[in-house]
Amino acid sequence: MSEPKARVDEASAPQQQPEQRISRLYALAAVLALVGLADAIYLTVEHLSGRSVRCSVTSGCSEVLASPYATIGDYPLALFGAVAYFTAFSLATLAAFGSQRAGTLFAVLAALMFATSLWLVYLQAFVLHAFCQYCLLSAAVSTSLAVIALVHRATRATDASSQIKS
Amino acid sequence: MRRKLPIIIIAVALVAALAGGALMMRSSETSTTQTGISQLPPTVTTTNTPATTATATQPQQQPRPAVPPSLQNAHARGRADAPVLIEEYGDFQCPPCGFVHPILKRIEDEYETEVRVVFRNFPLPTLHQHAIEAARAAEAAGLQGKFWQMHDMLFEKQNEWKDTAIARPLFLGYARQLGLDLDKFTRDIDSAPVNTRVMNDEQHGTARGVGSTPTVFMNGREIPFEVVRDYGKLRATIEQELAAKK
Repeated sequence: MSEPKARVDEASAPQQQPEQRISRLYALAAVLALVGLADAIYLTVEHLSGRSVRCSVTSGCSEVLASPYATIGDYPLALFGAVAYFTAFSLATLAAFGSQRAGTLFAVLAALMFATSLWLVYLQAFVLHAFCQYCLLSAAVSTSLAVIALVHRATRATDASSQIKS
Repeated sequence: MRRKLPIIIIAVALVAALAGGALMMRSSETSTTQTGISQLPPTVTTTNTPATTATATQPQQQPRPAVPPSLQNAHARGRADAPVLIEEYGDFQCPPCGFVHPILKRIEDEYETEVRVVFRNFPLPTLHQHAIEAARAAEAAGLQGKFWQMHDMLFEKQNEWKDTAIARPLFLGYARQLGLDLDKFTRDIDSAPVNTRVMNDEQHGTARGVGSTPTVFMNGREIPFEVVRDYGKLRATIEQELAAKK
């Protein structure tokens, strides 16, 4: 009786490992999204309170955050960033617990956030000629989220092809 | 339970994010209104209005440590050996700074030999659209030796330019009134050195914990706005400082 059970465990072991890897990737994405969320909340609060944001690494916070690109209508861009990061966190958390639909939505959102970040870094580098460290941190986080979504896709594709071969 | 766990995690994160944002907003407002950062003894806060006495004598948070004053690259007026050094971090477009300006001028006139006043730019562009340009205008005038004249003019005429869509023509008009070389002023106001100077001032303030304007230090100690905006209280603080120096 015990032999067949042992065979079943051996067969299922290689299938569980990639799932665990994916779950860990999503957990990492959730943690990174929290970093982006904190960053965006800080910028939103500073904007709403009218304070000058303290730039300790770069020196262009005032220029970037006072530029017309820092707001959409009457709302700070960072507020939209906070909503996006919270959504990314929620989707990554759900995906880490096995929701495939959340994983797909996370990949779409990460791609959109990455594209937005590229545009914002372009504006800082070539239009405003000034860099804001908090915006750069946000760009780094959204890039990481996009990389995680890509790695996840690649992992799933590899698993699928290995299953077909076996 | 495992099915509910992600929902619980998301809910906790949402509550933490909202609470964190609210806390940051609250601490930001506390700093902006400059309440509870007094290092002054209660005797200085005596006033005719009981309400302000209560506000001024009830510290709401730990006082900041005194920071040694630094005069490096600072615009200063008054005797270099004056026993009282008043440093202001200001924004030319900020109404409270405009309100405090005549009070500080009066103090300067009254304590000609005892008080030295330093001004550093701390523009708040997210709140005041012309703040950086005004700071640059003052610095550009400074390159022609008329920083303080432009400083006074910007504050005295604040109501004239603060709400205009484009302030540059008015700044040029002030430069003309001050007899500045307009071509040089126009070049300088957009120049990198002037911009760097404004940014350096801002970073200097940030390093000292300045987060709102006007922030005023007296011999390195931050003075609450409640004191700075009241000529009598400010005068009493200076007298106390002078008495301590004797």
